[in-house]
Amino acid sequence: MPRPSRAAALWSSPIGKKALMAVTGLVLFAYVVGHLLGNLQVFQGAAKLDRYAELLRISPTLLWSVRAVLLLAFLVHVAAGLQLSVLRREARPVDYATYRPVASTPAARGMIWSGLLILGFVVYHLLDLTLGVVNPDFRPGQVYHNVLATFGRGLGVAIYVVAMIALGFHLWHGMWSLFQSLGLATRRSLPGLQRFAVTVAWLLAIGFTAIPLAVVVGVVR
Amino acid sequence: MRIVLEIWRQRDPWADGRFVRYEVGDVNEHMSFLEMLDVLNQALVRRGEMPVAFDSDCREGICGTCGFLVNGEAHGPLRNATICQTHMRHFHDGDVLRLEPWRAAAFPVLRDLVVDRGALDRIVAAGGYVSVRTGGAPDANALPVPKTDADRAMEAAACIGCGACVAACPNASAALFTGAKITHLSLLPQGQPERPLRVRSMTEQARAEGFGHCTSIGECAAVCPAGIQLEVIARMNRDFLRAAFSRAAGEPLTVLPVTSPMRRYEAQPPGARETADPAEEPAER
Amino acid sequence: MPLDAKIPAGPIEQKWERRKYELKLVNPANKRRHRILVVGTGLAGASAAASLAELGYEVETFCYQDSPRRAHSIAAQGGINAAKNYQNDGDSVARLFYDTVKGGDFRSREANVHRLAELSVNIIDQCAAQGVPFAREYGGLLANRSFGGALVSRTFYARGQTGQQLLLGAYQALQRQVTAGKVVSHPRCEMLELVLVDGRARGVVTRDLVTGAVRSHAGDAVVLATGGYGNVFYLSTNARGCNATAVWRAHRKGALFANPCYTQIHPTCIPRSGEYQSKLTLMSESLRNDGRVWVPARRGDGRPPGQIPDAERDYYLERMYPTYGNLAPRDIASRAAKTVCDEGRGVGPGGLGVYLDFRDAFARLGRRVLDERYGNLFEMYERITGDDPHEVPMRIYPAVHYTMGGLWVDYDLQSTIPGLFVLGEANFSDHGANRLGASALMQGLADGYFVVPYTVGDHLARGQAKVDTSHAAFRDAEREVAARTARLLSIGGRRTADDLHRELGTLLWADAGMARSRASLEHALAGIPRIREAFWSDLRVPGTGEELNQELERAGRVADFLELAELLCRDALHREESCGGHFRVEHQTPDGEALRDDARFAYVAAWEWRGPGEAPVLHQEPLAFEYVPLQQRSYK
Repeated sequence: MPRPSRAAALWSSPIGKKALMAVTGLVLFAYVVGHLLGNLQVFQGAAKLDRYAELLRISPTLLWSVRAVLLLAFLVHVAAGLQLSVLRREARPVDYATYRPVASTPAARGMIWSGLLILGFVVYHLLDLTLGVVNPDFRPGQVYHNVLATFGRGLGVAIYVVAMIALGFHLWHGMWSLFQSLGLATRRSLPGLQRFAVTVAWLLAIGFTAIPLAVVVGVVR
Repeated sequence: MRIVLEIWRQRDPWADGRFVRYEVGDVNEHMSFLEMLDVLNQALVRRGEMPVAFDSDCREGICGTCGFLVNGEAHGPLRNATICQTHMRHFHDGDVLRLEPWRAAAFPVLRDLVVDRGALDRIVAAGGYVSVRTGGAPDANALPVPKTDADRAMEAAACIGCGACVAACPNASAALFTGAKITHLSLLPQGQPERPLRVRSMTEQARAEGFGHCTSIGECAAVCPAGIQLEVIARMNRDFLRAAFSRAAGEPLTVLPVTSPMRRYEAQPPGARETADPAEEPAER
Repeated sequence: MPLDAKIPAGPIEQKWERRKYELKLVNPANKRRHRILVVGTGLAGASAAASLAELGYEVETFCYQDSPRRAHSIAAQGGINAAKNYQNDGDSVARLFYDTVKGGDFRSREANVHRLAELSVNIIDQCAAQGVPFAREYGGLLANRSFGGALVSRTFYARGQTGQQLLLGAYQALQRQVTAGKVVSHPRCEMLELVLVDGRARGVVTRDLVTGAVRSHAGDAVVLATGGYGNVFYLSTNARGCNATAVWRAHRKGALFANPCYTQIHPTCIPRSGEYQSKLTLMSESLRNDGRVWVPARRGDGRPPGQIPDAERDYYLERMYPTYGNLAPRDIASRAAKTVCDEGRGVGPGGLGVYLDFRDAFARLGRRVLDERYGNLFEMYERITGDDPHEVPMRIYPAVHYTMGGLWVDYDLQSTIPGLFVLGEANFSDHGANRLGASALMQGLADGYFVVPYTVGDHLARGQAKVDTSHAAFRDAEREVAARTARLLSIGGRRTADDLHRELGTLLWADAGMARSRASLEHALAGIPRIREAFWSDLRVPGTGEELNQELERAGRVADFLELAELLCRDALHREESCGGHFRVEHQTPDGEALRDDARFAYVAAWEWRGPGEAPVLHQEPLAFEYVPLQQRSYK
């Protein structure tokens, strides 16, 4: 019997789309955690960080597999988010003259904005530290050097810090609402999940911003 | 006390609306909010003006007929209460209150603060029931239901269908409403056989009606007069995902065709639409 | 007109079985050729419409609300009776039958009541199968409570929202038929005229409350399930929109109106707080299971309740009715409250209130248990009054709650107009002069699920000519509706419909409320025409008929109430006895109890409309009590 594939069925329904966002969000979150742990080696000096970077590229197959998964997750996440944001406008074509939120966090209401900021940042970040196109002094393989080059400029620091605050906001809501979207949250677990999300958001935001700030204050040089 | 109101006046679904300012002196703190509007309307009628149209019926918080935003909050500032159950003791002398109808593509404004919530009826029609014919039901005690399940089903079934969840949701989503009915029936043994089809049909109907999606913002549960919890949405999502991967995934849905919500009213004689806008009447007094 | 109730012969236990057997059946292939119009979508209307559609008939439903789910059945709090005897406390169909006939003060039809008791059992099965979340015990079986003066626990409930849950069950069954294409639902659509062709009910004329469009709908039978007329008193526990227009229009077209004076005053409502009051709120009678009713023993005792010691409190229900105490039937409890308030011992604004005190129950059972039972009622009370019942006793006062009277129907629930069936509170049949607690939901659902689906079939099977809306009778009815609307809009006076309605209600409550006398009723009968005259000469309805116009809707309803009120008083005046909800001060025992006159008044008073300004004609249906011997009701 011909019928649309399950993935297509999921994609065509708002709940399915949200579930896909939750799963892809989780994949991206796992990557971000790994990325942070790797990045923190910057505090252990240039040799350690550069060796770590080299290690990541040992197997091109593995590297490109991971990149493919990440790219797919990213595309699905972004496309679903953008579509849903359009849907939202269609669902309420006339806005309220006065609207007062009574329970929601700014993070929850601004997911599209924090998401777009992160999207913009990812593009910039790849151009900066992976491809080196916008890096002021890019040297392939010398990650430590490149990082210092970026954070040597106020603009680089500012972009990075703003993006990491956006990431914190995004995770603050995303890290518990994904359980809601996947139908895993219960009345009892919800408060715990929300606390977990706040904690994770803070940890990642602080962890990532620690690097440019360390460069600025001269701890890392 | 004296209350200043800025009320959305709109003659019919096609007309443009605007806020009109009224003042009600002599407001007693024991009045309900709607009784305060009654006082205003009586004065308007005596002056020959069209009173402010607003929906209400039981005025004891159970029928779900009433509802509008007061200063941007669905059902006003009192939590877990409908606007008919909100009394003027919660306001202060000289307060300026802006009253605005529920706004959503699926809830067209019919007049002033009155909206059409027929979409909610169609969501229920799409599957919010147990298919049991009258007669022939087994003895009520033949199928025991654990008390905790029955109690939680009751909590979800307490939804009054007022639409405040849709109104308060930045996405105009009906997820709390739909999730409440799905949760009620999926917690009970009677609701099991139709569980996969129900969740697929009801959520599809909600989508087709033009309601938005849920982003777990939580405004819905916060303003819900019946205390429906966000959990019902998680349960709906779980049922949906389970259904999408179940054997029932290919069964045809039982959804109703969605006609434009406005179509029903288009039979109106065209002349009637062009008469004077009541909001053009004197705004201040 | 001979009033034939068509009660089947045979022993009472077999009457319904026998009748079901006698009823003609419609060929299944022909069912879809029959269209049935159901007006009102409360428990009775929604359950009837769903069941008829399941049988294969084409059904159209009409309700003034914006959704069928909002009908006022939704507000019933306490529960629904059924003779399940799950508690093994000696309940049975016979006992429920007996209690209902006795509770109705021997003014109901035995055969109907027995059928009601029989069907009560099926209702619970049906509702449980629909997924109505009834309260359950830890073993998973259904819980019961004793309610409103019953000595057995036969009341099923869903928190304090039983009516809501039962209605949603029926509504969901109805919506299922909407999807199946068997029901066309017309919300925000008010019936303004009944259409007769050859003396049979063949359609209705409605006004679309959004666009004002006046439309005709033709059918092979019309079912009215439009509720009671309690709002004739202006203030009642009914919803704001509840009205008698549908039944009154039918009455004017020839349906007899039975026992309009039987109105139930509910003892536990939240007292009125001011002139602006738009409706009264009932607190479930189940509160009387644990709350104790009292007033200060001394008149004018202004102390806060907490400071009045037990010795200076008068727990008057316990004192006057030692067996039933606080659970005395509604009419008795209401009148007792009026008596103590008339003595100047009432509490709260205007001295129109008595205390309902949970102090002792809190001490005995603890807060947790009581909150489980009444938590939502406590919250509701606090929301409305600003007082916390955990801290201070509730204040309650009687209010109009239910009307036992209604359109006269035979055993098949068919009115005196062939093809017009009347269900639920809109008919008069099962509660006699007083309805027991938790019996309204039972009757509405019994009528809708289990009686009318059979009896309408019989009517249809007997055949009649096909009629559609092109028939001249529809044009005439539409013209009547249009003329009436035009008249209401053209008066251009100074008074609002609410204003006149309030005046009517105040008069009626004073003269035909809890206690009536010849003098008070004659006073009311003199006053009502004056208000009616003021209505038709000084009413102001702004706007037009071709738009959403809530003032116009209200005015039309008030106009009908103004006629119905007169019939109510006339009936009350003619009934020279006290029974149930009808208390004539001239007819009471030395200790103030209602005194029936079975020799003269053991009949149903069914009134025939003879035209505006004409005196209605009384028809009598004698009542025979073969199974429950006539006795003076005593709750001492």
